[in-house]
Formats: sequence, structure tokens, C-alpha cells
Amino acid sequence: MSGMQDYSSRISDPNSRKMGTFSYLPQLTAEELRKQVEYIVKMGWNPAIEHTEPENTRSNYWYMWKLPMFGETDVDAIFAEIDMCRKANPKNHVRLVGYDNFKQTQGTSMVVHRAEMTA
Amino acid sequence: MNTQAPSAKYSAGVKEYRETYWEPNYTPKDSDVLACFKITPQAGVPREEAAAAVAAESSTGTWTTVWTDLLTDLEYYKGRAYAIEDVPGDDESYYAFIAYPMGLFEEGSVVNVFTSLVGNVFGFKAVRALRLEDVRFPLWFVTTCDGPPHGIQVERDKLDKYGRPFLGCTIKPKLGLSAKNYGRAVYEALRGGLDFTKDDENVNSQPFMRWRDRFEFCQEAIEKAELETGERKGHYLNVTAPNIEEMYKRAEFAKEIGSPIIMSDYLTMGWAAQASLSRWCRDNGMLLHVHRAMHGVIDRHPKHGINFRVLAKMLRLLGGDHLHSGTVVGKLEGDREATLGWIDLMRDKYVKEDRSRGIFFDQDWGQMPGVLPVASGGIHVWHMPALVNIFGDDSCLQFGGGTLGHPWGNAAGAAANRVAVEACVKARNEGRDLEKESKDIMTEAGKHSPELKIAMETWKEIKFEFDTVDKLDVAHR
Repeated sequence: MSGMQDYSSRISDPNSRKMGTFSYLPQLTAEELRKQVEYIVKMGWNPAIEHTEPENTRSNYWYMWKLPMFGETDVDAIFAEIDMCRKANPKNHVRLVGYDNFKQTQGTSMVVHRAEMTA
Repeated sequence: MNTQAPSAKYSAGVKEYRETYWEPNYTPKDSDVLACFKITPQAGVPREEAAAAVAAESSTGTWTTVWTDLLTDLEYYKGRAYAIEDVPGDDESYYAFIAYPMGLFEEGSVVNVFTSLVGNVFGFKAVRALRLEDVRFPLWFVTTCDGPPHGIQVERDKLDKYGRPFLGCTIKPKLGLSAKNYGRAVYEALRGGLDFTKDDENVNSQPFMRWRDRFEFCQEAIEKAELETGERKGHYLNVTAPNIEEMYKRAEFAKEIGSPIIMSDYLTMGWAAQASLSRWCRDNGMLLHVHRAMHGVIDRHPKHGINFRVLAKMLRLLGGDHLHSGTVVGKLEGDREATLGWIDLMRDKYVKEDRSRGIFFDQDWGQMPGVLPVASGGIHVWHMPALVNIFGDDSCLQFGGGTLGHPWGNAAGAAANRVAVEACVKARNEGRDLEKESKDIMTEAGKHSPELKIAMETWKEIKFEFDTVDKLDVAHR
């Protein structure tokens, strides 16, 4: 049993909350995130930025940061918006969505900034 | 053409089928139901005669002429064998293509179509073996069927999961756990990062665990795991029951306690029951997971029965949100190209004929939602790169032993699978080749996850390399 590890997830620990795709990986580096943004652009999806207070993540509707960036293919422009949203909402989680208007759903959605979580 | 003279005279006796049912110059209509059968005839029966016999016996014909034939327009109602093709790599069997007019079938009734197509004809003496390889359902028929209660997009929206395959796990041992211990196994798997856990196909309401107790303990497990992880979770509560009244009773209770998804075994429960349950699910906002227990009896023999691609199309028409499709890489049978073919048929709006995937007809699904393919059976973390590559995001990958068999338990096993799937999705999005670089991708991911690392060590050597019995028909196999 000595090599066995406990699975340390707790209701009492807000850091146990997961938030969708990539939330079980280490925080993406800026370079890694760039590749994911490039993927959204390559798939022809429309990028959109949303944010919310850490206590309200379970709602379907996070706050939209402006309108989705329809037709935006400039990765730097998308990064700049993510930064603006973060600066304006420093206590909130921020996620990046890729809207697939042909499938009429989100092609992907990932939290790109996790706000600090305290109990 | 209402002026046709009643010129036919009644003459009793047995005619050769091909005089009536073999029409090589017939051009199929868009409204026809088309079928491709693989026929293995009795010795001495000519190809055209056997094909015509199959057309006759699966539509209007019987073994002898009857006087009442002359009271209807048999020329309209008959099925027609319109083409015959060699089966690649097989000297004994051949494909026969048969067209059935729309008037033969009840709208919206999969049951009715198959009672004709795979009815008495499969016991017919003139053929030694018979296999239904594919069916083209005309768009008019598709639009008269209910189809999946919700479909893939709605499921993603309801569960708030995007950009990756869903992850699941069948609770083991299949039979014998008490409801409370079973709920414990569910809770551990869900808190570790899976989206779903699942009742096994034969978990119904046995003496060791009655359905109501199971439903309640599983729901508590779901709710606690949701609170803990902040993510939405589900457990496929199997409502397959000895009779329909009991099935509805269990489904209603699942809804009452707030379960997002229930499950059925569509082949053993029956197709009419499946269609009813699916309609109930749409009416009640409940997702429906469908298991295919018994399919191997029907679809495995290469010369007799019904190919799984037909059973998959049938389920999409009957209605279901998930269907087990085989894994290609795990412990259960499944040819890779054939599997790619039927997962397209489950998910896509329009599927083109593609003999390299065993698809004999174009199939237009109109606006009918797709069914999520479920890969389940003998898969573990090392299979993840290939699974993500084969199935893509719109799938559910289910690791039973591959979660519960983790040396540190279910939660760690679940976390290992979740890390692995996210690492594979990330790598794929970055443009990496999942199958060629699988070892590197997994090893990198394992560096950040002790749960994944130990899982990779545990299952390093496990492979399932038996040859497939039901292969696609190709020359020189």
C-alpha cells in the first residue's frame, strides 16, 4: 500500500472544481494556448470570450465579453481580447469558446484563465 | 395509366421467380427502399433465380400463384432484384440488390420494414445462407421515424461538454454488488473525472440489487461528484425490464430523482419498446443510452444474418442518443474500416456509398439528429490516442476495467483516463499525429499525472490481437 496515493479531491477545496476540456492538464502555457487558438481558427469556428465569478461556474450562461468575434482569424487579435477581458475582470474565470455555426453548437470551449480560488 | 386492360389470365402452378421478380433494366426510384443481400445459394440454383426468390419472398410472393394475385397491382407492389455482383474474394456467394416500392411499408415503422426484409426469407430453402448487408432508407421513410430523442449537439449543450470525446465506465463486477457498494463505485469514477458511468446490459432488477435502490444510490453519487468537481455527470440507469409497464415505471422514477440519462438494451427489449422509450425520452428531456446486447448473434457471421451497419441505421431511426459501435482496438470484434463506415452512418447527415467501408448505398438522413457512437470493451489508456483518432470528438469512450482496475482505485483510474483524453485532444489540435506519436504524447502527459503514469505501467503489455471474424469482403484475404 506504500506506493498507493490518495485521490485528493474535496468539496471543501474550491481547487477541486474542474471546468471542462483541458482542466485536468497543467495550465496551458502562452505558446500552447496559441496553438489551440490556431486550431479554432483553422476549424472555421467563431471565437468568443466569456467570464464568470468562480462561484457561478455551473450556469450555462457566463457573461459574454462583447459579441463573439465572427470571422476573426487573427490569433493576436483574439489574444488581445482575452487579455482585455482578464484585466477588466481580474477576479473571474475566463473561457474561450469556438462556435461551430454549421453544427449549431460549440466546437470547443476551454478555460484560458483560472481566477484564484479561496475557500 | 388507369387504362390497363385486365389481360392476365389466372393459371395455377409454380412459376420461376425470375420471370416476375428479376428486372435487370429497372432503375431504382428515390422513394424505393433498397437492400443489398449477400446470397449463398443451394447448389444448382441459378443466381438470378435465387435473387428473384429473395425479392419475392421478402415482398409480395409466395411459392405458388394464387388467384387473388389478380385482384391487385402486383406489378407495383413486388420487390425487384435489379442487380447482381460478385463478392470480392468469394466464389460461392454474390450480392443481390433489391428495390421495394414505398407502398409496401407502414410509415415510421422500422418493425414493419424488417418484418418484410428479414422475415420468412431467411429460412427459405433455396438459399443456403443469406445476409442483409445494407439498406437504403428513402428520405420519406426517414422523416416518418422519430429518430434520436435529442442527438449529439443537444447532449453537449445539456451536459456542457465541448471539444473532446465523452468518457464513461461500466461498473464491474457486472452482477452481484449491493446497491450501496455499486453507488460507491459510481461515485469514485465520477469524482475522478469521468462524465458517465453505466449499468451493464444485464443489470436490471435482480435480487442482489433491486432497481429502485440502485437508482437512488447512483443519483446520490452523481450529485456529490457534481458538487465536488463542478462538472455535470450522469449514470446510465438501465430501464430494460420484463415488460413495458415496468420499463416506464423505472424511467419515470429516474426522471423524478433527477437523472439526466437512462439506458436500454434495444435488441433484447424489442424494437417497438425501443421506439416507445425513445419517444418518452424526448417528451421528458431524458438522454437515452442504447446497448446492443445480442448483436453478435445477428451480425457476426459473414454469410448469414444482418450486418451491424443495418442494425445501427435501424437504431438511429428507432431513436437513441448513444449506441455501442465497437472499439476497433479493444477486446471485442470490429473491423476498422467497417466501423468507420457505421459510425459515419450513426452521426452524419449524408453518407455516400463507399465500398471500402462496406457502405453500399448513399444514405440521406435529412435533418434527423445523429447518434453518439460508444466505444466500450477492453480498452485502456494506451488505446486512447488511436481511439481519439478513430472516433473523433463526437463519441463516448468507455473504460470499465480500464478505470476500475487501476491499482489506486476508480477515482485515480478515472483521472488517468481524463488526463489521457485531454492530452490526446490537445496534441491532435496542435497538429500532431496521434497514432505515430502515441508513445511520446502519453509519456509527456504521464509526467504531470501520477495516476496516468501508474496506469500506463499497469497496462503496458495488454493487447487484444485476434483476427476479426466479420471482415469486409475483399479479394485475397
